[in-house]
Amino acid sequence: MYFDLSIPSQLAGALLPDLILVIGAMLLLLLSVWRKESLGQARLVGLLSIVLCLITFASVVWLWRAHASASAGIIAVDNFRWATDCIVLAATIIAATLMIDYSEREQLVSAESYVLLLLAASGMMLLAASRDLIVVFLGIELMSIASYVLCGVDRRSSRGAEAALKYFLLGAFSTGFLLYGIALVYGATGSTDIATIGTAVTGETFNNPLLLAGIGLLIVGFCFKVAAVPFHMWTPDVYEGAATPITAFMAAAVKAAAFAAFLRVWIEAFPGATSAWIHPLQWLAVITMIGGNVVALQQKNMKRMLAYSSIAHAGYLLVTVVVANSLGASAFLFYLVAYTLATMGAFAVVIALDEPGERNQEIADYAGLWHVSPWLASAMAVFMLALLGFPIAGGMGFFAKWYVIDAALHAPHPQTVLAVILVIASVISAGYYLGVVLVMFMKPRASDAVAVRPVQTGTFLVIYLSAFILLLFGVLPNGFVTLARDSVPISMVNAPAGPPVTAAASQ
Amino acid sequence: MISEALFFSAVLFTIGVVGVLTRRNAIIIFMCVELMLNAVNLSFIALSRLHGSANGQVFVLFVMTIAAAEAAVGLAIIISIFRHHKSVDLRNINLLKG
Repeated sequence: MYFDLSIPSQLAGALLPDLILVIGAMLLLLLSVWRKESLGQARLVGLLSIVLCLITFASVVWLWRAHASASAGIIAVDNFRWATDCIVLAATIIAATLMIDYSEREQLVSAESYVLLLLAASGMMLLAASRDLIVVFLGIELMSIASYVLCGVDRRSSRGAEAALKYFLLGAFSTGFLLYGIALVYGATGSTDIATIGTAVTGETFNNPLLLAGIGLLIVGFCFKVAAVPFHMWTPDVYEGAATPITAFMAAAVKAAAFAAFLRVWIEAFPGATSAWIHPLQWLAVITMIGGNVVALQQKNMKRMLAYSSIAHAGYLLVTVVVANSLGASAFLFYLVAYTLATMGAFAVVIALDEPGERNQEIADYAGLWHVSPWLASAMAVFMLALLGFPIAGGMGFFAKWYVIDAALHAPHPQTVLAVILVIASVISAGYYLGVVLVMFMKPRASDAVAVRPVQTGTFLVIYLSAFILLLFGVLPNGFVTLARDSVPISMVNAPAGPPVTAAASQ
Repeated sequence: MISEALFFSAVLFTIGVVGVLTRRNAIIIFMCVELMLNAVNLSFIALSRLHGSANGQVFVLFVMTIAAAEAAVGLAIIISIFRHHKSVDLRNINLLKG
C-alpha cells in the first residue's frame, strides 16, 4: 500500500488510525456530557474508550501488515511509527482499565477523564508519526495539555490540583524552550521538515551559532518532557499527586511518546552534527542514570520511588538516543515494551493495595504481603525484577537492558563508558527494587496492617497479564526482537546497519 | 533589521525565563511563559522573512492557537488551586515534598 502524502485523501488514509481515535474521542466526549453525570455512565464511557482503542489498534496492525509506505512528507509511514502506536495504545487501554476500577473505589465521577486519555493518546500517535517540527510541536502540546488536566481530574483532591499546577507551569516553560529551539533550527536550515533539515545539517553549517543554540534548546525541551535529570524536578511531585492510573499513564505512555519523537528527530535531522550533541547527551544520560537511582534509594513512598525509578529508566533510554542508529532504535522499542508492562503492572499493584483516599502507599505498608496474598506479592516481585533487569524472574527486563548495552557497544562510536555506567546504575537500583521484594517476602505483616481487599477485575487482569507476558517473552524474546529489529525509522533502512544483534543471547 | 528582531526576541525570551525562575505567583509565572512563547513568535516571523518561506508564519498561527488552549487549561487549573488553598502563591502550596 502506497500513500502519496501530497494528495489530501491519501494523507487522510495514512493518518487513518489517528483519525479513528480523534473522531471516536469527540463522539465519546459528546456522550459523556449528554446525560446526567453518574458512576455508571462514566463506566460506560470508560468501556467504550477501551473498545475505541482496540479498533484503533486493529487499524494500526492492519496498516503495519499491509506494509504501508509513503512519499516523503510531514508524517512518517513506517514500522517505527506502528510499533510506537501499539505501545501507546496498549498503555492507554491499561490506564483506562485501571481508571475504571480506581474511580469506582474513590467514587470519582469523571467520564471526561477517559476522553482526555484518548486525546492524549492521539497526541502521542501524532508524535510517533511526526516528520516535521510543526507536527512534533502539535503532538507534544496535544499530549501535554490533556495530561495537565488529567493530573487534576479529581477536583476534590488538593494534592491533585497541586500536581496539575506544577506540571502545567513546568510543562509550559519547557514548551517555550522546545519552541525556541525549533525556531532557531528553522532559522539555520530554512525548513521545518526533518528530512530537509537532515540534508542541510552537514559539516559546513555545523559552526552556525543559530543551529548549535537550536540543538541545545531542543535537548533542554525534550529532556524536560522525558524527565532527564537536571530537568526532572517536577516528576516526583506530579507522579505522587496525580491519581495512580494517571501516574501510570504518564510514566509509561507520555515518556514513551516523547522519547519516540526525540529519537526520530535525532536520527533523521541531526546525524550531521553528531560531534555537537554527543557529549552533552552522554553527560545527561550518565547523570540521569546515577541521579535517578541514587535518589530513589532514599524514598519511603511507593509512588515517589517509582517516579525516581522512571527517571532512571529515562537515563537508560537516553543511551539509545546517544547511539542514534538502527540498533539503538530497535533496542529502544524492545525496552519500551518491557518498561511499559513492568511500570503499568507495578502501579496496578499500588492501586490494588491502597485504601480510598490514596493511603497505604508507604513501602513499609507492603511488609509481609507474601503471607496474606502470595500471588500479588509474586506479581509485584516480577515487576520489580523486570525493572531491575534480572534474568529469568525479571522476564523481558533482562533482555531489554541487554539489547541497550549491546546497541551501546556496537555503535559507530562505541559507548563503552555508557554501557559500564548503565550496569553500575542497575546495580545501584537493585538496592531499592530488591528492597521492596525483601520487605514483601521477609518482613512479618504489621499487626495494625489493613486487610487486603479483593482485587477488582480490571486491575486483576492488568496485573497478571502483564506479569505473564513479561515472563513468557522473557523466556522466548525472539518474536519481539524480530519485530523491534524490523521497526526502525525509514531513513535507517538504507543507512549502513551496524552488526546484527547477537543472536546467542536470545536463543 | 532581521538581526535586530532576533536580538529583541532573545531579550524578551530571557525576560520570560528570568520571570519564571524568580516570581512566585502562579499567574505571573504563567504570563512570563506567554512572553516566552511570543518572543519565539517574533523569531519565527523574522526568520520566515529571512528565508522567504511561509513555514515560519504558519508556525506562528499554530503557536497562537495552542497558547490559547494552554491559557484556558492553565487558568482553570489556577482556579482549582485557588479553591483549595485560597492563594495562588507557590510558597503556600507545598503538600507534595520529597
